[in-house]
Amino acid sequence: MIGPEHLDADHLDADRPDTDHADVDHRGSSGTHAADATTPGAARETVFLAHARVRLALHRLRDGEGGALLCLHGLGERTPDEAPRWLAAWPGPIWGLDCTGHGDSTLPAGGGYTAEILMADVDHALAHLGEATLVGRGLGAYVALLAAGARPRAVAGAILTDGPGLAGGGPTPHSPMWLRPAAGTDRGRTPDPYALLDLARDIRPGDYATTYARQAVQLSGLETPISVAAVVRPPWLAAVIDEPGVTTAGIPEALARYAGVTRAAVADRPVG
Amino acid sequence: MTTLLDETPPIAPTRSTAGELSHPGARRPDRQRFLHVDGLRLSVWEWGDADAPPVLFAHGGFDFAGTFDTLAPLVADAGYRVVSWDQRGHGDSGPAHLYSWDADVGDALAVIEAIGARSLPVVGHSKGGALMLQLADTQPHRVSHLVNLDGLPSARSWPDVPEHHRTRMLDGELAAWLDHRRQAATKVRRPGTIEELAARRARMNPRLDPAWLRYLVRIGGFERPDGWRWKIDPAMRLGGFGPWRPEWSMARLPSLGMPVLCVLGLETEVMGWGTRPEDVEVNLPVGGRFVALDDVGHFVHVEQPRRIADLVLEHLS
Repeated sequence: MIGPEHLDADHLDADRPDTDHADVDHRGSSGTHAADATTPGAARETVFLAHARVRLALHRLRDGEGGALLCLHGLGERTPDEAPRWLAAWPGPIWGLDCTGHGDSTLPAGGGYTAEILMADVDHALAHLGEATLVGRGLGAYVALLAAGARPRAVAGAILTDGPGLAGGGPTPHSPMWLRPAAGTDRGRTPDPYALLDLARDIRPGDYATTYARQAVQLSGLETPISVAAVVRPPWLAAVIDEPGVTTAGIPEALARYAGVTRAAVADRPVG
Repeated sequence: MTTLLDETPPIAPTRSTAGELSHPGARRPDRQRFLHVDGLRLSVWEWGDADAPPVLFAHGGFDFAGTFDTLAPLVADAGYRVVSWDQRGHGDSGPAHLYSWDADVGDALAVIEAIGARSLPVVGHSKGGALMLQLADTQPHRVSHLVNLDGLPSARSWPDVPEHHRTRMLDGELAAWLDHRRQAATKVRRPGTIEELAARRARMNPRLDPAWLRYLVRIGGFERPDGWRWKIDPAMRLGGFGPWRPEWSMARLPSLGMPVLCVLGLETEVMGWGTRPEDVEVNLPVGGRFVALDDVGHFVHVEQPRRIADLVLEHLS
């Protein structure tokens, strides 16, 4: 689990933030705070969130009554302009996050993507939304699993669906590999060719993925915090499906399951 | 709010501008330049004759090229152009948007391309050793010789924790890491005197001479009115999360076809991997050489630069 820099923090020094992390600015046709805007059918509105040196674009696609649904796109994709029809049954507001190097979010210099950094992207969206149900496509499905395990009390269910980048680089390292995008690759705009390179070879062992599934099952207070709607099941996803508390379900069934969940009900449950 | 901390710190000196900055046996690099890789700035340092055959040095995690100030001159004086670089976010290289192991290997390849060498010997310490191991495995046509200085992770240091405790521990670690990411946009390093920064580093480098650590502060740190700070990107943090496993690094060793020298310091300490000789011996490639040093810790090249230089030079000859 623990990365190559395997020591506790605080060796060099105890670094402290100068201020609260909030560095949120807003963009939208109405010019109002996105979280306050409630006009049904209003055009997509975007909130920008600061994640270290990256500015993340969080789009409000639709309003509604109830818990929020946060859409996570696949590798190389971006948040659509409006809520997709296959999510129409969701009663609450629908949001979409452009992950680092995708859509309207920052194009970083020189790559260095990991699924864990995208998990932290999602965590920034959760900080803004309070809590949300996640629905992820491909890479976004894997990232949704990680976020559900790492922030089990803020994720009201994760729905994993097919999409680009679902398999990643498989369960074990391999070689040889390209280290940087080939010359002539389309650069300077999203999706970042480094993202396509890095996250298509991101290693996803089955027991690493199941660790996150177990965190979600044990700490979320939900009986089935993970719903797998994907037809394609690479090794990490096949391992996750075998875990107790993970269910396979069609997207409508999964949406109906999590639409009824509120964080208050979850908080009443004994944890652990 | 814009403050003095937003200004790029002054670049560490070269040999000609070092002035009073000195440490016994240490010599600052002869040349420094910036390499720009797809918008990322890397600080590249060189010791020795610019026309001599090149050799690449890769530093360890939370170090910088200046930590080779005692080893590199010994190799350079034997007729080599020693090239090293501050890894992204470290030393005088700019902070990056993103950090990853593979990104560091890609940066190493960019440095090799900038050197103009098709193939060259590489020497790496700790994380830098593991990076060079991956480079040699994935780009064998780029690496003529490999020297690994206490940079062979093995699976030994993994705690054995019961599952229910592990869930709680992991929950706290994951939340702490995500909380750190939420604050990373505004973090700054804590200021202090040269002595205080050296004392903090001594917790990672307990076997090293305090005078050496004070010397490093003046290379890897910068001074503002409220004190010195380490240059390393405050957004970086030890103990990130990922699927990386130490044995993946060791598993690359048996496949290597170029001459390989592995050096292990057997005195265990905080920054080391805890790897034992028997972990290395079974994975040593055909014709590879393994040297275990009983009386030396993780920073083998800092503790015994002459001994390590002689091993490196013998391996390259």
